[in-house]
Amino acid sequence: MSEWTFIALLFIISMTFPAVPIVAGRVIGPRKPNPLKNSVYECGVETVGDTWVQFKVQYYLFALVFLVFDIEVVFMFPWAVAYNQLPLYGVISGVVFVILLAEALIYAWRKGVLEWV
Amino acid sequence: MADIFTTIYHWLFNLITGLGASEGLATGIIQFLGAFAIANFALLILVFNIWFERKVIARMQDRIGPNRVGPWGIFQTVADLAKLLSKEIIIPDGADLIPFMFAPVLAVGSVILIWAVVPFAKSAIGTDVSIGALYFVAAGSLGIMAILLAGWSSNNKYALLGAFRAVAMLVSYEVPIILTLLIPVLLTGSMRMNSIVDAQRIWYFFGVPLAAIIFWIGSVAEVGRTPFDLLEAESEIVAGYHIEYSGFAFAMFYAAEWAHGFAICALMATLFFGGWRGPGVDQFPTLGAFYFITKTFLIYFFQTWTRATLPRVRIDQVMNFCWKFLVPLSLLLLILTVVVDKVVALSGAIPAYLSTQSFAAMLPRTIVLLTVNLVVGGAALLWIARAGRVERERRAVQMAAIESGAAQQAGK
Repeated sequence: MSEWTFIALLFIISMTFPAVPIVAGRVIGPRKPNPLKNSVYECGVETVGDTWVQFKVQYYLFALVFLVFDIEVVFMFPWAVAYNQLPLYGVISGVVFVILLAEALIYAWRKGVLEWV
Repeated sequence: MADIFTTIYHWLFNLITGLGASEGLATGIIQFLGAFAIANFALLILVFNIWFERKVIARMQDRIGPNRVGPWGIFQTVADLAKLLSKEIIIPDGADLIPFMFAPVLAVGSVILIWAVVPFAKSAIGTDVSIGALYFVAAGSLGIMAILLAGWSSNNKYALLGAFRAVAMLVSYEVPIILTLLIPVLLTGSMRMNSIVDAQRIWYFFGVPLAAIIFWIGSVAEVGRTPFDLLEAESEIVAGYHIEYSGFAFAMFYAAEWAHGFAICALMATLFFGGWRGPGVDQFPTLGAFYFITKTFLIYFFQTWTRATLPRVRIDQVMNFCWKFLVPLSLLLLILTVVVDKVVALSGAIPAYLSTQSFAAMLPRTIVLLTVNLVVGGAALLWIARAGRVERERRAVQMAAIESGAAQQAGK
């Protein structure tokens, strides 16, 4: 329990530290809004169309493949911590798990999921 | 003076309990002071780092760098931060105020959180949680959310597109990082950062250099440092996800990037270069802090050197490199490392194979792992050289066809 108290305290401090100068900046700094300054930047011209553009699905696919690998590695961490005491079949079962996921990567690759937009 | 950190801890503890506080409260207060000190360190070292990097890059570009403000320009960063503090934080029309203001706070906060598990010396670590190695990856990921918050709340479609690209890239490069992070963890048998450093009588860099290199490349991409600084490529997409930020909110994003760059050097030093290990640390634990800082700054110099030398890469090159090269390579490396290591360990050919008691005891395992790494690394280099040659020949043919006016450009 006390291992994580430090992180809780650090979390509070780390969120406060950057907030203080930003608030100070808002208080000390000049505040002279005018319509031209506050207008949204689009390389010097008037904005065209809606701001919240359609989300390209390729970004979602990258996130999905990342999620698969992330969960895989989270499962691998206990295996890795116990690695030194494992017999050979323990290691081989871990390796089979990795190979199954490598297979998922190859499938995604061949399906064209990993092509950039 | 031999172990300054434990001495200070005991002195503070006795002081606070002497004032009548209970032991739990004393520990809590000392932890709070420690957290405060670490947060301060993470942000104040930034002032030195920015000056250091500007001077080093300048010298590499055959110029001097800042030298007006203070001797050798050491107060340049202070002047810059003071200037940013005095600028207006412009809030664009239609921006979502709460995420807009929260994003820079989260960006810096996530970097400070990483420092909780970095061991400065044997007895000087924020907190040696049992999942230290996993914790810093998780803490770094908070910064990715900050980028999306910034892009979304700016009410600017280019900021939003920049944020999408940035998040896609950062999230992709987490995969090689966590895959290669498995290797020091499995060699040590623990995720605690102090245990990983403790077990490195021979630095892991000499045993698994390929894992260290892949971890480094992934971390540099995670931070958004050259050659992967396309996220905020000043000359190309203006400023990506933080176009609409000005004044100190922008300074916080700037600070977050630099602080994160330094944090990954510290993590690299801890995981692969033996952290606070060095001659004489057993008798004088304080020396560990000195070794740690030196190693971190040497790696930081290497990062600055890379920044001064390499050009920026394109987003599709970045994504291809990650998913089609680094991830398969990390998986292959992981599989071969564990299989070879376990077979050699179980064959009993080398006695006390798994021991970490002394330099000589760790040598056989290091040599076995090094061989596997060199074989896989050499094969990877040969493969990528061949793939590069094939690609260049294909392009040469394509260009020849275009020049002869025969083909229509496919567009790439």
